[in-house]
Amino acid sequence: MSNIRNFSIIAHIDHGKSTLADRLIQLSGLVEARKFRDQILDNMEIERERGITIKSQAITLPYVDQTGRSFALNLIDTPGHVDFSYEVSRALASCEGVLLLIDAAQGVEAQTLANLYAAMEHELEIIPVINKIDLPAADIERVREEIEIDLGLDSDTAILCSAKEGTGIEAVFEAIVHRIPAPADKREASLRALIFDAHYDPFRGTIVSCRVFEGCVRPGDTIRLMNNNARYKVEEVGIFLLAKESKKKLCAGEVGYIISGIKRVSDTRIGATITLDTDPAPHPLPGFRDIKPVVFASIYPVSSDDYRALADALEKYTLNDAALTYQKDSSAALGLGFRCGFLGLLHLEIVQERLEREFDQAIVMTSPTVQYQFQLTTGERVLVDNPLYYPDPTTILQGFEPYIRASILLPERYMGVVMDLCSERRGVNARFSYPTVGRVEIRFDMPLGEVVYDFYDRLKTVTQGYGSFDYDLLDHRESDLVKLDILLNGERVDALSQIVHRDGARARALRVCNRLKEEIPRHLFKIAVQGAVGGTIIARSTIAPFRKDVTAKCYGGDITRKRKLLEKQKKGKKRMKMVGAVSIPQSAFVAVLKSENE
Amino acid sequence: MNDTSSTRRLLNRPSDLTDHGAHGSPHAGLYLHIPFCRQKCPYCDFFSVPSPTLIRPWIKALLKEIPLYKDPFGLFDTLYFGGGTPSLLSIRDLAEIMTHLHTHFQFSPDTEITLEANPCDLTPEKIRGLRELGVNRISLGVQSFDPRALVFLGRTHTVADAENAIRRLETAGFENISMDLIYGFREQSLQNWTKTLHHALAFAPVHLSCYQLTVGNRTYFGKLLKTGRFSPLSEDTARAYFLTTSRFLEAKGYIHYEISSFARHKNRYARHNHKYWTHVPYLGLGPSAHSFLNGRRWWNVRSIRKYMALLKKNEQPIQGWETLSQEQLRLEAIALGLRTRQGVDSDWLGYSMETRSRLSRLTDTGFLQMGNGRIFPTPKGFLVADYLPAYLC
Repeated sequence: MSNIRNFSIIAHIDHGKSTLADRLIQLSGLVEARKFRDQILDNMEIERERGITIKSQAITLPYVDQTGRSFALNLIDTPGHVDFSYEVSRALASCEGVLLLIDAAQGVEAQTLANLYAAMEHELEIIPVINKIDLPAADIERVREEIEIDLGLDSDTAILCSAKEGTGIEAVFEAIVHRIPAPADKREASLRALIFDAHYDPFRGTIVSCRVFEGCVRPGDTIRLMNNNARYKVEEVGIFLLAKESKKKLCAGEVGYIISGIKRVSDTRIGATITLDTDPAPHPLPGFRDIKPVVFASIYPVSSDDYRALADALEKYTLNDAALTYQKDSSAALGLGFRCGFLGLLHLEIVQERLEREFDQAIVMTSPTVQYQFQLTTGERVLVDNPLYYPDPTTILQGFEPYIRASILLPERYMGVVMDLCSERRGVNARFSYPTVGRVEIRFDMPLGEVVYDFYDRLKTVTQGYGSFDYDLLDHRESDLVKLDILLNGERVDALSQIVHRDGARARALRVCNRLKEEIPRHLFKIAVQGAVGGTIIARSTIAPFRKDVTAKCYGGDITRKRKLLEKQKKGKKRMKMVGAVSIPQSAFVAVLKSENE
Repeated sequence: MNDTSSTRRLLNRPSDLTDHGAHGSPHAGLYLHIPFCRQKCPYCDFFSVPSPTLIRPWIKALLKEIPLYKDPFGLFDTLYFGGGTPSLLSIRDLAEIMTHLHTHFQFSPDTEITLEANPCDLTPEKIRGLRELGVNRISLGVQSFDPRALVFLGRTHTVADAENAIRRLETAGFENISMDLIYGFREQSLQNWTKTLHHALAFAPVHLSCYQLTVGNRTYFGKLLKTGRFSPLSEDTARAYFLTTSRFLEAKGYIHYEISSFARHKNRYARHNHKYWTHVPYLGLGPSAHSFLNGRRWWNVRSIRKYMALLKKNEQPIQGWETLSQEQLRLEAIALGLRTRQGVDSDWLGYSMETRSRLSRLTDTGFLQMGNGRIFPTPKGFLVADYLPAYLC
């Protein structure tokens, strides 16, 4: 027990988290150099491309310290986006300490602070690590000062390193071993293990990553998930080296995996507690929350023939992503599809990209929305998470929309622009606090619908990346809601309808119209793009027809080239959705969500 | 989806593998690419070099290429000397080539023999020589009757040179003369362009090729365009030029039978070019020339040195080839057909609801017309000919 250390690396984006993880893995002696692959923890293609980590994952590093003592260091990776803040909190709950990584040139930034608070909340040992000291722009003294003043940590304890060059890594290892406390030895108690990740393996079913806090678990045991009392027989337990390595048991303090015949990832819940069926713990570990989708959108196949294939792809997809929910849906414009629930906008984008890339689906995604409530004259109160089901306006007594408590942490100098953004997005009830000199925390209540609509991107833009954002759901509040319809040449495109606040309808309609004007290619005829509430047109733009598209010559040498171009155009056309006579590219359905002039 | 059964039916009729429609002939065409010019014109995208010293060694190579295709094409009924500037070759050179062609290929007695000529090259002796060689059609590179436009286009001949050449050709008995004209650039007003058309019509040519200036990447204008030193006409202006040209010439009795081609009478359609547009077999000799036979297309290397080196080893100077699938043949038939007034056999498009509703949208809006089982573009349709097949297929 005393030779185990459980830790995470937390950092602002681009401060070198993945590089440091790679370096630790490489120098721990776990990997032969020739097998070494960059950024081993980010194993999904999209994560790599976006430079963010979506799924947390763990790895056990063997380490022998300077006195010759052997350790098992469990590195638990954390995702880095507000959509996944719950996953981050579960990963941190599985650790005793963190490396707080700070870029020597850029210093302390928004996420550094947010990460620090998250780690402090879990009472973790915090080791500040100043990375990239090899950079010409590195200013170690300034960063030390920021660590003292902004973070309130002892800067003498900061470790200097360059993960890229491999300098200072030994000191990082020694700090992990000697400063992070060993996990408490509670192997005599009843089993309590925290699930912090789960992924699907086509041969083994769901592989659960967990931290054992108390007791032990062995193959043959029957485990029980304390959130839903489902029971499973344990087939295998083990730890993650480069590949899985099975073990006879997994005991208190350890981090590893359990394979137990759980079929789908959605049968498990991150944050749930595993106990033994025969000797159950009296209480689960604290902090479990059943994550519910907050953003909804429909997914349609571009070609209606591919509906079945999309259904299969979604089923396979959810094997590995418990957070995505879906059910059948249909639209006049787009045919049969699925209504999906997501954790947030980033989650939505990831699902979209993975369906296209990994599952080779050509899809159209409709405008995301939140769940509204309507009190009807019949006395009924209906839930609406799809503009298609917006009730007949004459029957609506009151509308309600979900509110969140937003919390934004930012350098003081951006306060003005953020307050503007906040009031533009119908934020109310703002409160301020000043955690450290020069920094402000603004809390306010805001409709979730405004967040769904590119709030995060806007915040990043106006604060130049220094604003960090988090939120909690509050309640549903009364709101004057209307349905905004979009018409192309007079024909309503139901998939582009949105439920919006009456005051913002015109501005939103105008932006959607202008955005569609950019996204829909010119046709042979003029296209009128209109926004309407009820029967009233409130915004309009026009897509002019193209007037000329012809090359003068076409002789022997031009024909092959011409045909190849035509074949390419045909392929592109497959990705268009026809509404009446108008072809709409997929990108248009997404673009209407990002209507700010970027 | 396309109606594959009708496509298959078309493909199973051997004579209809090529949709030559009403005016074509099924006989093959022969193209000779003469890759030499005095100097490169800034708009020209065809392969040519300004190196007259290479002419003799190149002819030697060409004479070796000719026998490589002795049999497969059968009877030819067109022969086209294109380039480059074929009129740059001496009568002696042309005669030598001609003799070889007659030795190895069979020509129909009424073969259309076209030679592209630069006005300056057409001395009375040259013209007489061409006639004696059997050339019966001249495609004359007039380009413009506006001196300033000639300068802009980098042409070294004068308006008088062009006029003299036409008169000499007529005197020598050439009546099948086609004029090449270029239009649609800022340095020329629509009014000046109409003047050039009037000027051309004074000679009552039986055929006119009016090319709207297209700026190719590989050309000098293309380089200017890339660096922002060339500004093309706006879409609306270009459209006005095109429609004015079409209306003007049709009013004067010309048939606008292909995007850039106008003829006084159906029997004056460019017989050779028509083969390109209807999948009739053609053999292209010389560097960069393309050939087509039985659904296969191949093209020669775009370099004189490579061309000569390969022929020295008695190898075909081929750069690449492709075998067209039925679907590819169909796409081409549609794309090419919709560039000509004779249009495309309706069967090629299939009869799916989607296609038919798109077709009726295009006929309703005046881009296409239908008749006799064929679909053909109006002048307005010609203007979007690159878009139509993508929309319909």
